[in-house]
Amino acid sequence: MLRGVDATSPSANLPRPGGSLHRFANPGRFLRLTDSWLPVLAAAAALVLGWGVVWGLFFAPPDWQQGETVRIMFVHVPMAWLAMGGYLGLAVLSLMSLIWRHPLADLTARELSPIGAAVTALCLVTGSLWGRPMWGTWWVWDARLTSVLVLFFLWLGHAALVRAFDDPERGARMGAILALVGVVNLPIVKFSVDWWNTLHQPASLTRIDAPGMHVDILYPLLVCAVGFSLAFAALVLAATRAAVMERRVRALQMAAARRAEASA
Amino acid sequence: MNRKKRRLYILLLCAIGIGSATALTLTAFQDNLVFFLAPSDIAREAPPPGRAFRLGGLVEAGSVERGGATVRFRVTDGAHTISVTFSGVLPDLFREGQGVVAQGVMGPDGTFAAREVLARHDETYMPPEVAAALRRSGHWNPSQGAAPPAATWNTLSPATRTGS
Repeated sequence: MLRGVDATSPSANLPRPGGSLHRFANPGRFLRLTDSWLPVLAAAAALVLGWGVVWGLFFAPPDWQQGETVRIMFVHVPMAWLAMGGYLGLAVLSLMSLIWRHPLADLTARELSPIGAAVTALCLVTGSLWGRPMWGTWWVWDARLTSVLVLFFLWLGHAALVRAFDDPERGARMGAILALVGVVNLPIVKFSVDWWNTLHQPASLTRIDAPGMHVDILYPLLVCAVGFSLAFAALVLAATRAAVMERRVRALQMAAARRAEASA
Repeated sequence: MNRKKRRLYILLLCAIGIGSATALTLTAFQDNLVFFLAPSDIAREAPPPGRAFRLGGLVEAGSVERGGATVRFRVTDGAHTISVTFSGVLPDLFREGQGVVAQGVMGPDGTFAAREVLARHDETYMPPEVAAALRRSGHWNPSQGAAPPAATWNTLSPATRTGS
């Protein structure tokens, strides 16, 4: 028996020759490798997020015209970035799934989409709560708001589609195709405020050397963004690990049932 | 060409196809995707009389007259200006120099009768002390429009801010 290959794993085959990506393709190895990452990631997320949220909500100055309402930004903007960055991640996983048939990419994508949908929903809800006092409306059908709503439906659609097939591999294939078609929406979300007149204002952070935001507001925002991203990564990693273990338990139960049937 | 490479090329082709289809669709529906028309758009091609549309721009400095329940102001984009009347509750952010989006119809006298006025703020965020310092030093009058380039104020130190 080879060292490093878990004999109890349903996929306890030899590591396939190929790129370094396949280091993670073996679920048993993935579980062992990430075992020590998860607590570190979770602790870092709690620390950075706690720092950013306290800084943003209690110590950062208000905006000269929006007053204290501007603090919604410390949640809204990281959620918007994660909704789009997470979707980019989903697209990369879908490519890995379709081209290299990477089994862990399928599992991760499946666990990623509900979390992405939740993040996008939070972006929409906080934006609505911010829009009512500032713009004077909860919702308008301008290009930015509508394209983010489409992004939310793409996340939801992916989460539902990968679970809609009896054969999980088929579901993963369909979900990957949907996710890749949906990528056209990402530049539309990003550039909607530049291409068309929208009620939503353009991006404040277009160039890193000249942010349209005072540093006393910018720095806590960046810390919040890092904190929320770490928390997002920790959630996705924990969910993926749980899914790998779940699949392994099911495979063991099936094997036990087959053995019992054979001996009966 | 092995199978992985073939799948990669098929996906690339699909991406090009979907991308260009989307680009063509968005270009075709350009007019429907804008949320509001600027005064210059209206000067170039006015919407048919009686048809509701949204007008967007900055509230011109010195143009706001509050007479009873009705507010009159002018919306400008620098090149052209349109007079607006509105009776109702204005958003808190409404002020001279602020961006607004008004929904309504153009009257026969060229005055826009708004049913709803939304505020449209810009993408700059600054503490009140920084805004006050810019106003005091004469670098910025908010009722005249957008803030000066961010690089001139986004690192003004707290000492400068509180030193009033």
